[in-house]
Amino acid sequence: MAKVLMKGNEAVAEASIRSGCRLYFAYPITPQSELIEYMARMMPKVGGTFLQAESEVAAINMVYGAAGTGKRVMTSSSSPGISLKMEGISYLAGANLPAVIINVQRGGPGLGDIQPAQGDYFQATKGGGHGDYRLIVLAPASVQEFADMASESFDLADKYRIPVMILSDGMLGQMMEPVEFKKAATDAEIEEMGNRHKEWCIHPQEEGEAYHQNQINSLEIDPTVLEKHVMKLDEKYKLIEKNEIQVEEYNINSNNEMICVAFGTASRIVKSAIDKLNAEGRNIGLIRPITVWPYPYATIAKSLHDKVKKVMVFELNLGQMVEDVRLAVNGKVPVGFFGKVGGIVFTPEEIKAQIEENL
Amino acid sequence: MARMTVNPIYCKGCGLCIAACPKKIIRFSVNINEKGYNYAECFDQDACIACKMCYTTCPDVAITIEK
Amino acid sequence: MQVIATRPKSLTDTQFTYCPGCLHGVAHRLIAEAIDELGIQDTTTGVAPVGCSVFAYKFFDMDMAEAAHGRAPAVATGMKRARPDMQVFTYQGDGDLAAIGTAEIVHAANRGENISVFFVNNAIYGMTGGQMAPTTLPDMKTTTSPYGRNTDDVGFPIRVCELLNTLEAPYFIERVSLLSFADIVKAKKAVLKALTYNKERKGFTIVELISTCPTNWGMTPVDSLKWAKDKMVPYFPVKNFRDKGVK
Repeated sequence: MAKVLMKGNEAVAEASIRSGCRLYFAYPITPQSELIEYMARMMPKVGGTFLQAESEVAAINMVYGAAGTGKRVMTSSSSPGISLKMEGISYLAGANLPAVIINVQRGGPGLGDIQPAQGDYFQATKGGGHGDYRLIVLAPASVQEFADMASESFDLADKYRIPVMILSDGMLGQMMEPVEFKKAATDAEIEEMGNRHKEWCIHPQEEGEAYHQNQINSLEIDPTVLEKHVMKLDEKYKLIEKNEIQVEEYNINSNNEMICVAFGTASRIVKSAIDKLNAEGRNIGLIRPITVWPYPYATIAKSLHDKVKKVMVFELNLGQMVEDVRLAVNGKVPVGFFGKVGGIVFTPEEIKAQIEENL
Repeated sequence: MARMTVNPIYCKGCGLCIAACPKKIIRFSVNINEKGYNYAECFDQDACIACKMCYTTCPDVAITIEK
Repeated sequence: MQVIATRPKSLTDTQFTYCPGCLHGVAHRLIAEAIDELGIQDTTTGVAPVGCSVFAYKFFDMDMAEAAHGRAPAVATGMKRARPDMQVFTYQGDGDLAAIGTAEIVHAANRGENISVFFVNNAIYGMTGGQMAPTTLPDMKTTTSPYGRNTDDVGFPIRVCELLNTLEAPYFIERVSLLSFADIVKAKKAVLKALTYNKERKGFTIVELISTCPTNWGMTPVDSLKWAKDKMVPYFPVKNFRDKGVK
């Protein structure tokens, strides 16, 4: 398949359709409105359902309903809209429903601005909704990765019956890069996808099929039953932590003098700075979590040999992922942080200066 | 010939069927069910006309009508 | 002798958890009877609300979903769009539909979603212990309007059918009551009509059912029927507002 130059928001929409998603419910919000508009144009062309809901709250509940029938479904929004979805996300997780939620982050808190940020890391990985639940959270750092994560998200969601979030940002959403798409799912493949959840999903009682009274539900009023239910969720989460961590190690070796940790858009800028420094004779490495839940604690811990003087964490927020880094480092070396807020993205020069200052 | 039967397990002794019955042939039993409700019972089946008014008013679907 | 009336097939054997004399059970039975009569048990699914009927998914013998408070029309929209071959209904109370869920019901109705909404109106919040509802009558005492609903402060009860009747898309809008045998017979007709239109893919249908809450009104079941007739029906007229299927 040839590469095309495409905007992140549109690329992930195209990739989602190719992954067999035929149901999309969302509300317009900058900086992801191109995603909803792409879906509005393209979903009808493949016989799918596009519906602009009256709010992000309604949209996530439409996702819940559709997911309950076993079909691939997604929604997208940006920070303030994702806050609105938190109730629905907790319900999706509690009811063991597969779904894909895309957050194209912008400056916050509150109404904030419409520029790129990473201020929703806590919300995405530490729950933003109530109760003991987890989402698989994928953090792309390029338009290609953003697009690839579409099919990956649907597959993970189906495999574990869990909502999956793609934690993107306004930069990736808006920028244009070359993308190569996977082959589109055929109608037969989509049909099979819709049928694989019949054991638990809402669907017609078919001729010859075993009787079912499937319930899509997260309510368990008997505490001993709820305990069992939540412990089962925990089993699932532990399995995901064991099997689904994805991380990139960039110039990690036994001579690193400093390890940087960054995800998403921030990681690209850190890479530029590191490349410059390493060309000047330094030895700086970068660990880039690709899944921010489950988090690659072990990879970070493993990289800390005696030559590593410091770990520097760079984020477009006041310091969120740095807390997970501190957990991984566990006091072995000092951990420093540099962030940018307000929707402003730092420059490679700023990062280079920060690294040099901390060496 | 007609008969109304109350399933004592479902009945909560709300009294709506007693009020609804045009023949006034339903009463609270002196007996109670497992939950402690004095369930309803028909005390004069011969007078039952299978009008289904009790069945229609019963909020617990405790009643069966035969004709 | 033949059985001419008994528990509908579309209800499970589980005993209803409603209070003695609460008319939720009647509403459930009417819906189940209609589903049986239309032969759609195998393809019908419903959405339970948060409210007294939160366990409705235990009582209807079909696949069902629980929804967050107020969100049932949106959940139903998602279900219907995903499986258009199924008949979808929601079952909601006054808090669920007319307070937190106001946006969801208005927009599902406005889009003309092919779902049937069964709205049980008893002018109070039952499950949580008798607080004021958007449908609570003026001067009516509840636990959060202990001095009576003060319309100067919190306005008047919402008439949902009238509100939805301003929208272009809905196909069938009717308010019924469950307060007497005759009323229930009429209510059954409306419920059957709504589900028939649903099966025929005609569009959005809603039946509002005036009901009682003996426990939180502090009355016997029989007295609460009279109170509802005297006080609620004058404010919430029992009538058909719209039936696009009738010329």
